[in-house]
Amino acid sequence: MNKHGNLLENLAWQGISRRSFLKYCATLASLMALPPTAGRAMAEALARAPRPSVIWLPFQECTGCTESITRSHSPSIEGLIFDSISLDYQETLMAAAGHQAEEVLHKVVAENEGKFVLIIDGSVATGLDGAYSCIAGRSNLDLLREVGPKAAAIVAVGSCAAFGGIPKAKPNPTGAVAVSDIIRDKPVVNIPGCPPIPVVMTGVLAHFITFGSLPELDRLGRPRAFFGETIHDRCYRRPFYDQGKFAKTFDDDGARKGWCLFELGCKGPVTYNACAHVKWNDGTSFPIESGHGCIGCSEPDFWDAGGFYKALSMPADPLKFVAGAAVAGAAVGVAVSIANRARKGAAKAAHETATLADLEK
Amino acid sequence: MNELQFLTWVRGPGLDIALGIFLLGVLWRLMEIYSLGRKKDLAAPRHAPGASGWHTILRRSLPPPGMVKRSPVSYIGGYIFHVGLAIIVFLFVPHIKLIEGLTGLSWPGLPSQVIDAVTVVTLAAMVVVLVDRINKPVKRYLSTFQDWFTWALTFLPVLTGYLAVKHLFLPYTTMLALHILSAELLLVFIPFTKLFHVFTVFGSRWYNGAINGHKGVPV
Repeated sequence: MNKHGNLLENLAWQGISRRSFLKYCATLASLMALPPTAGRAMAEALARAPRPSVIWLPFQECTGCTESITRSHSPSIEGLIFDSISLDYQETLMAAAGHQAEEVLHKVVAENEGKFVLIIDGSVATGLDGAYSCIAGRSNLDLLREVGPKAAAIVAVGSCAAFGGIPKAKPNPTGAVAVSDIIRDKPVVNIPGCPPIPVVMTGVLAHFITFGSLPELDRLGRPRAFFGETIHDRCYRRPFYDQGKFAKTFDDDGARKGWCLFELGCKGPVTYNACAHVKWNDGTSFPIESGHGCIGCSEPDFWDAGGFYKALSMPADPLKFVAGAAVAGAAVGVAVSIANRARKGAAKAAHETATLADLEK
Repeated sequence: MNELQFLTWVRGPGLDIALGIFLLGVLWRLMEIYSLGRKKDLAAPRHAPGASGWHTILRRSLPPPGMVKRSPVSYIGGYIFHVGLAIIVFLFVPHIKLIEGLTGLSWPGLPSQVIDAVTVVTLAAMVVVLVDRINKPVKRYLSTFQDWFTWALTFLPVLTGYLAVKHLFLPYTTMLALHILSAELLLVFIPFTKLFHVFTVFGSRWYNGAINGHKGVPV
């Protein structure tokens, strides 16, 4: 990472003009549904910003989130903004290792108490006092409890940090939980996704640097600007859903014509994320555009939501009771029929013919 | 439990329980009804034109002469919402997918906009027949708790389904889960309330027609 002064100088040094930077800020502001003036404010704030200290702690994770953010837009302005923050601890990217790395972590935390941004990817293992996931002999749980309260803001990146993700999927052997299950006394910005969209993360950082506050969050702690609508709401295949035109298999005529993937298990209707309009790989496409349904990776507990290839209206699990219930119903039916016949027989047997004398009584 | 877990529950264990109770009840009641039997009619059958089970099924599915004029809301409203329900349940693509998931059978569906329109008309017809039931003293007098209850059981899945598709009031995931839950409640109560007519309506019409047809009386 280079160490040139402020962000704008840093960008210029890397061949990004002021004009492209302003354009980027305007785009970012409009993506986050901020007023038009916010673009300029953001540009000014970002340009002046001293490099804020950022600590990135990896917990029970696969490094997919880091892979996504470091690769997908490189070499873009997003990537450069990442270079331009003072990323003081990131195990995958930093050169230091072992005791050196740990020393840096504790030094940065001590020097920037109440000022640094804490980014976490991966879920927090709570089983066996957190022993399932340790760094430098300390459990993630322990580390989070120590560092979390000292941060200015906490950003949980990826579905694992935001909601527990795949480690929390049944049967959750490590007792995995989300960051917000441990840190309860300060807001945690959740940026779910497996992996999450890079621009969402830079958007949140830019917002924090510009306004000194976190963007507006929804009920699940997600930035509302990016998670306000479902994939289905913004999907370019939506008209086919409305017309009732569905691909039945991944290689049929409907699939070739780009018809809706609902029947193939697309979870777009219940997934709140920005993939359908922000897209991936520098705006190239998103999964549905590549012919695969949305798997709902940014929703809580998406892994246990009944299978990726089952339509949303289909049974989530194999039915267990139905066969037994049918047999029981038939058995009750037979038993009641026999009882009714017996009553009828008894009534017939007890029937006495009325005589004239009976009627005159 | 978050909304996706709620949805997964109603799509999984909830559906399993509801379908189990539904099948248990339906098989029980159908077997009980059909095993009751009747004494064999030993009289020689009389033949009269239009006197048979099939004739009665058709005749009782149409309004008797003059009745549409006397009770237009019951007849027209009743037809509209029954036909509407059948279209919504059996011709909306996600519903066909559910039936396919359960039985393996499938058929083509209608475009969503057509289903939307049918749903609005069905909801309106159901509200109108309810208001009519409240307003007409005789109907109100004849109504029991079960009548109001079964109306609500039928109305709620249609309403929540429409709200879910249109993304109104609640997030889609929650509304979809509520829709499925309300449909499951309907399934649970069908065998044990007068809603069981979905299975017995044509059977009982045929039976009445056949028994009277034997006597030479078209009913």
